[in-house]
Amino acid sequence: MPRIASAKALESYRKEQKKLRPENQRFLAICAGTGCKAYGSDKVVAAFAEELKKAGLSDEVKIRATGCHGFCERGTLVVFQPEGILYQRVQPDAVPDIVERTIKNGEIIEDHLYDDPSTGEKYKYEKDIPFYKHQNRLILGMNGHIDPCSIDDYIALDGYSALVKAFDIGPDKVLEEVKASTLRGRGGGGFPAGRKWETCRNVASDKRYVICNADEGDPGAFMDRSILEGNPHSVIEGMIIGALTIGSDEGYVYVRHEYPLAVERLGIALQQAREKGFLGENILGTGLNFDIKINRGGGAFVCGESTALMASIEGKVGEPRAKHIHTVVSGLNDKPSNLNNVETWANVPLIVKKGAKWYTSIGTKGSPGTKIFSLVGKVNNTGLVEAPMGMTLRQVIYDVGGGIPGGKEFKAVQTGGPSGGCLPKEKLDLPVDFDTLWEEGSMMGSGGMIVMDERNCMVDVAKYFLGFLKFESCGKCTTCREGVKRLHELVTDVTEGKGTMETLELIQQLCDTVEVGSLCALGQTAVNPVRSTLKLFREEYEAHVKDHKCPAAVCKELITYTIDEEVCTGCLVCGKRCPQDAILGTKKKPHTIVQEKCIKCGICEDVCKYDSVRVA
Amino acid sequence: MSVTFSINGVKVEAATGDNVLDTARTNGFEIPSLCHHEAVSPYGACRLCLVEINKGGRKKITTSCNYEVLDGIDVKTDSPEIHKHRAMVLELILAEAPKSEQVQALAAQYGVKQSRFANAKNDEAQKDRDNCILCGLCTRVCSEIVEVNALTFNGRGDKRGVGSPYLEQPQTCIACGACAWVCPTDCIGFSEEDGVRKVHRWGRELPMAKDENGRPVAPVFQLHHFKKRVGLPDDFFKKAPGSR
Ligand SMILES: Cc1cc2nc3c(=O)[nH]c(=O)nc-3n(C[C@H](O)[C@H](O)[C@H](O)COP(=O)(O)O)c2cc1C
Ligand code: SF4
Ligand code: SF4
Ligand code: FES
Ligand code: FES
Repeated sequence: MPRIASAKALESYRKEQKKLRPENQRFLAICAGTGCKAYGSDKVVAAFAEELKKAGLSDEVKIRATGCHGFCERGTLVVFQPEGILYQRVQPDAVPDIVERTIKNGEIIEDHLYDDPSTGEKYKYEKDIPFYKHQNRLILGMNGHIDPCSIDDYIALDGYSALVKAFDIGPDKVLEEVKASTLRGRGGGGFPAGRKWETCRNVASDKRYVICNADEGDPGAFMDRSILEGNPHSVIEGMIIGALTIGSDEGYVYVRHEYPLAVERLGIALQQAREKGFLGENILGTGLNFDIKINRGGGAFVCGESTALMASIEGKVGEPRAKHIHTVVSGLNDKPSNLNNVETWANVPLIVKKGAKWYTSIGTKGSPGTKIFSLVGKVNNTGLVEAPMGMTLRQVIYDVGGGIPGGKEFKAVQTGGPSGGCLPKEKLDLPVDFDTLWEEGSMMGSGGMIVMDERNCMVDVAKYFLGFLKFESCGKCTTCREGVKRLHELVTDVTEGKGTMETLELIQQLCDTVEVGSLCALGQTAVNPVRSTLKLFREEYEAHVKDHKCPAAVCKELITYTIDEEVCTGCLVCGKRCPQDAILGTKKKPHTIVQEKCIKCGICEDVCKYDSVRVA
Repeated sequence: MSVTFSINGVKVEAATGDNVLDTARTNGFEIPSLCHHEAVSPYGACRLCLVEINKGGRKKITTSCNYEVLDGIDVKTDSPEIHKHRAMVLELILAEAPKSEQVQALAAQYGVKQSRFANAKNDEAQKDRDNCILCGLCTRVCSEIVEVNALTFNGRGDKRGVGSPYLEQPQTCIACGACAWVCPTDCIGFSEEDGVRKVHRWGRELPMAKDENGRPVAPVFQLHHFKKRVGLPDDFFKKAPGSR
């Protein structure tokens, strides 16, 4: 197939592709995202291919290995289209049965349906499952419908039509539209994308770069990975529109080192886009020249910071520089460079296609559109959640997330990744948007959301994030390298019962200087986890300091495990499992723990069927 | 092109591309620093040179060494807030370099006699760092002035260190001693004994060439390097200083 040389040619090509995919076409959308692959989805795909062939149904029922559907916890996910029936946790050995009963005979196998852990209710259709029902999957929705390695799938679903429209209305109009949409950067800062584009475009220069930030280094975050793995063309299309608007002929996607699948699929997508004429010279016959290269990240969290990222693309050490001169003015190779996050770029085609007016009708006034969150921790449904901005924390955690497992009580939600903050129960009804979270001492960040219950210690949480940042700081500037290290030491002292009220005071003071004094945003925001918990959960810090107690019973130095003699049945299980042989007791007699030997691993508590282990 | 702005209310002039720190010093204002030298490019590592910059009505505390002068900005080199942050930064640095007299003196100026971070645990952790504050002056002098790139940073976060690329004897090091001379905490160490020049921290030892009177001049490598860079006659260093 030669390059598509004009918008008209694209439309006729699209028609052909649509014809090949009639609306009533039966197909299986099998998730082949990183999560489901880990559960063995490749084998599921292979098994379906084989069984369908055996049954002579290969033409009637197609298979599409798709990107992540967001509900990775329940993988491997198989969706029967066009009906939209979802089978979860599908194993390869169940496939012959599924083909026979469900595909041939239309029977629903109850065992494969999703059952709500809090109500026990079973759901047949994907769209009815609470996890999906309350979302608005503008960006992720397409993941379940396309094979990321097939540009034709994307084209058939109106892919690259936004690009055609952009050429039609021209760069000025596109810029106007993106500005009017007030789209804000999804990589953390929330800076208005249109304003960034405009600044970059207006800097006099013979060369400009557009760059996509796919470094995604927050622990537990995988929204950008899922977009690149599931729908790479949406990002490419966004970047081409950006290049046209800003006036660039060279683009980069900076992908995190640990994302081989994303690199592979993006590579395939770029090659296909080049072959079809969406990249390279004279794109769609319009005269625009633009191409995109992949740059594999150096593996450090700080490389996601804009100046470090650009230094890294230049082949230098990925360390931040002072941003007194912004990268939109002088960035990669000292040329104006427009950097946006993966999710930001993926929003662009939607805005161009449907208009700013439509876009601003979703979300809130200050933060329009949707945001993808990675919802993890003590919540029933973990996974990728795409919600309109302004949804409350409660709706995300309870309606989509299905609440807290095990009848435990919600304690806090940590938003914004390692530099975010923790919000307590009282804040559950806050709308989730850039400004509200910021005002509350937390942030949107790239969309991390970790739910915590009564058994999470907030001092321990602060210690965890400080430990991460201490390790990930590039180490260039004193306040971040030494300051974060000292904060980690001081907070560790608190968790070990060695802290005093002066320790808490020193933590406060040090936070102020690290925030103001650090060179880049890593150091400047590294104080958020400790500062927000110290403010909102001060009594918990004080309990560690004054009473030498960890109320959540987490901090090992401050807790003891005991066995409640009234409840213990003398079943012997804990004694067998204790790695220290610290539990004494004979059959049917209450057991006791020898404190000197106990290393507080908590195994006895986990294994006791009678709930007789106490920790305080 | 020249730029006009104010420092502590006094009007000053500087050339485009100059930085605020050097300009302030030229005009007699004091700002402390530990990672800056006007002969090498600014780096922004120590964070002592924090000042308040008011640009178009927006106030910000930021480092002055890497801030390029701009028309119309207002710079304040001291305030209670700046003082507070510098004192805290010095407390951090003093714990890194407890033995450095320069750091001690600077800290004392800011009322810091003892670092609250200096304790037995810290001494143990800082042992390998041995008073180095990772200011990057040695690496910059070595690459920008001496131009042999013998030194580099390694590791990251609290594991960052400085040394030769593979922590062996730096092969391109000419033992000129510029790093030891520029180091603010004197933690590199440099000596000449029995015709051998040593740069202790990097473990570099080079025999020195002798002049016609048998006096050691400098390591052979260094002389080669200088001759090449400056285009001196081949026997330049062979002659005694008076007859060159
Ligand atoms: C330490 C650090 C790490 C960052 N990591 C990322 C990242 O992984 N992905 C990302 O998009 N932005 C990251 N950012 C934000 C980027 O610097 C930049 O603001 C962003 O990519 C701009 O795109 P946006 O406006 O579309 O959000 C990071 C910032 C800092 C300070
Ligand atoms: S703030 Fe931290 S990550 Fe940023 S330059 Fe300083 S040391 Fe490096
Ligand atoms: S050795 Fe000295 S000059 Fe080099 S980084 Fe350490 S403190 Fe700075
Ligand atoms: S990887 Fe399959 S749902 Fe996320
Ligand atoms: S002199 Fe400016 S940061 Fe060190």
